Amino acid sequence: MAVAAQNAELIIARRRHIGTGVFFLLVALLILAFFVRTTAPDLTTTFGLNPARLTTALRLPDLVLPSLPSLWFLTVVCAFLGGWQLAKGFRSTGWALGVVAFAFVAAFLIWAARGKSMNLVGMLSSSVLRAIPIALGAFCGILCERAAVINIAIEGMMLTGAFMAAWIGSITHSLWIGLLAAMLSSMFLAAILAVLSIKFKVDQIVSGTVINIFATGLTSYLSAKFLQVYQNLNNPDIFKPIPLPVLSRIPILGPVFFEHNVIVYITFLLLILIHVMLFYTRWGLRTRAVGEHPKAADTLGVNVFRTRYINVIMGGLVAGIGGAFFTIGSVGRFDEVMTAGKGFIGLAAMIFGKWTPFGAFGSSLIFGFADSLQTKLQILQVPIPSEFLLMAPYLVTMIVLAGVIGRAVPPAADGQPYEKQ
Amino acid sequence: MSEQKERALQNSQDTRAQALAKLLLRPARGSLLQAILLPVLAVFTALVIGALVIVFTDLQVLNLYKDFFSAPGKALAASWKAIASAYSALFKGSIGNPAEFAKAFSVLRETGDTAPLRQAFWPISESLVTSVPYIFAGLAVALGFQCGLFNIGAEGQIFIGALASVYVGYSIKGLPQYIHLPLAFFAGAAAAGLWAAVAGLLKAKTGAHEVINTIMMNYIAFLLSDWLLNGPMKRPGWSPISPAIQDSAWLPKFFPDPLRFHAGFFVALGIAAVVYWLLFKTTIGFEIRSVGANPDAARYAGISVTRNFILAMFLSGALAGMAGANEVLGVNHQLASAFSSGYGFDSIALALLGKSHPVGVVLAALLFGTLRSGATRMQSLAGVPIDIISILQALVIIFIAAPAIIRWLYRLRLEREVGETVFTRGWGQ
Repeated sequence: MAVAAQNAELIIARRRHIGTGVFFLLVALLILAFFVRTTAPDLTTTFGLNPARLTTALRLPDLVLPSLPSLWFLTVVCAFLGGWQLAKGFRSTGWALGVVAFAFVAAFLIWAARGKSMNLVGMLSSSVLRAIPIALGAFCGILCERAAVINIAIEGMMLTGAFMAAWIGSITHSLWIGLLAAMLSSMFLAAILAVLSIKFKVDQIVSGTVINIFATGLTSYLSAKFLQVYQNLNNPDIFKPIPLPVLSRIPILGPVFFEHNVIVYITFLLLILIHVMLFYTRWGLRTRAVGEHPKAADTLGVNVFRTRYINVIMGGLVAGIGGAFFTIGSVGRFDEVMTAGKGFIGLAAMIFGKWTPFGAFGSSLIFGFADSLQTKLQILQVPIPSEFLLMAPYLVTMIVLAGVIGRAVPPAADGQPYEKQ
Repeated sequence: MSEQKERALQNSQDTRAQALAKLLLRPARGSLLQAILLPVLAVFTALVIGALVIVFTDLQVLNLYKDFFSAPGKALAASWKAIASAYSALFKGSIGNPAEFAKAFSVLRETGDTAPLRQAFWPISESLVTSVPYIFAGLAVALGFQCGLFNIGAEGQIFIGALASVYVGYSIKGLPQYIHLPLAFFAGAAAAGLWAAVAGLLKAKTGAHEVINTIMMNYIAFLLSDWLLNGPMKRPGWSPISPAIQDSAWLPKFFPDPLRFHAGFFVALGIAAVVYWLLFKTTIGFEIRSVGANPDAARYAGISVTRNFILAMFLSGALAGMAGANEVLGVNHQLASAFSSGYGFDSIALALLGKSHPVGVVLAALLFGTLRSGATRMQSLAGVPIDIISILQALVIIFIAAPAIIRWLYRLRLEREVGETVFTRGWGQ
């Protein structure tokens, strides 16, 4: 049986190996068929490398590329990588996949802006802003699921955080108290999730769904009852962008990452903090043990229940910050159901990032990029309906989850209530 | 592996399969009281908490609570008034106003004019009309549960069903009704079924969790319908609405306006009966339930888990698609973007409340339809936002899913349920 299993695994590995190669070739073909064929030979593509707003960064000249030769170059790169994968095979396909994905996106941008100019830095900077709530949602998911509690209530927690930040922020005229209120309210929901799934052993997806419905209902109810009637209850300040000294002067990277408001910087800090805590501290080791093999952890004296409670509630805190970003971090008012599925995309980013903070952050950036790209393309009047671009993150998530490219392996005990013996 | 060991394993798995069969065939009569008592108490408790929410978000009432200690009677009376006006508006908006019924009947007797009577029956007609998509969508989620699948994508499947059915409804012309109507209806069911079967296929073949996949497919379905209604399927003009369907694709109506009650209600009851028969009286249903109860044991008993995951997802999606088809063919007769407004998500609550049993689902759907259409009236009459319904629903699911809370609240000594379905087995395993 063991041999059979090994054989099956080998077959699957070989199939995946060939699949990846074919995928690379397909990308090359796609660039050829859709982009190269429709580009006139004498066009150039101009990418702006300075943000449109006032900036402290050093100015760069615009990047001007000849459209058609660049597209041909990218086609050849993809085709070469695909051929190599089929003929010899890369030991690890990760970087090759990255190059192919980058080549495709670059080809797309060059094609979309052929004969025109596009502000690349401005778009990347807005991608980061759009990625922030997704990343915070994903961090919340990581904290919970590393301790084996599935949290699909991130959406509801963020929505509640957004509501409380706007409301309390308006009443107190203090952004920080608003942020605190967002964190506390979201932690409260997380505590309910924790009690339902840990103490009452309710199916974790059911309890998460409940919290989503409840949060949607309650925030919409209170919003209709108060925020829409008394406008001054829904008029909080907004965290202003603060350019970080020195860092913001770096060309490209400065305006993209270091000219944002404080919630963005909190996200960067959390990224590093969660990574270090998860992989280099005693707490992290215990959390991962509880997520992978709770019984073993329990035998060794780790309090499984307490670890799960703490992690889920901390996850709530992080989701609350993400919620606050929607209101006091960007638009400065609460609208019903304004999170619009970002919590679920955060969940997808977590899976895409294989339950690691850096992976999740990277995938959030990709999702944020797709989001800001579609607005940009509408301005460029690209003949692709924006809806299809917006579908891309969801499709990519499904493909990744299906294991077509790489494999996402969740913590072993994910979703299972623990029964102490 | 030695032969002896293999035989021992086979024996142990045989007994597992037998135990599984016993579990599935066991009549659940003993817990009938519990099966009724628990949902009733859950709904009651949710209504009580809803009343508290209504009181404590009413500023006028809250102001009276400031001097609660000097004049407690005043505050309590105001609270009672707020609750009574909200819930009586809910009742009048969903069932009807008894006084209006009496008046309408007397007008009918004196003048033969049926207009007031139609007006009096309007709320209950609306409640039934709202219940119909709930029945379909609730059955969809319930059938998924029976196979151990959590179809959270009913909302998207409703969109897909509605799109397919409106397309057949307006594009094909000149067919007689007895062909066109079923064609449009089942086109919606088939399209949504195939759409959902993708999630089943992915789960069966790759182990990808259907919850994430159906959520993702929800968004894809919304975007797809946005695109279709703004582009290829848009009627001439500015607004993103499809052309109106042909008269021959209308589900028959029984009464003149404003009563919108239509044949979809009976279709829904019929489909519920079919689902009951399929699940509990056929081999297909037995296999689906076996996979839901324990996929490993089912696989050992020779049941193809792969096929049943795909089949159950297809059937579940088809049922959700019928909800969409019903809205198009019976109520709206066209398709505007964002028409479904949450039937798919509510149906999760509904399936849980109905214990994933077709009869339970129909009853729960009637309750939800009544609540929802009544809540619209409650919003205009008593100033209670319609979103209170979501709060009530969430509470109902909590109490159903964690019966320990109800047991504790009412000091009940109920037996624990056996064989509660486990939906989550991690994301990718």
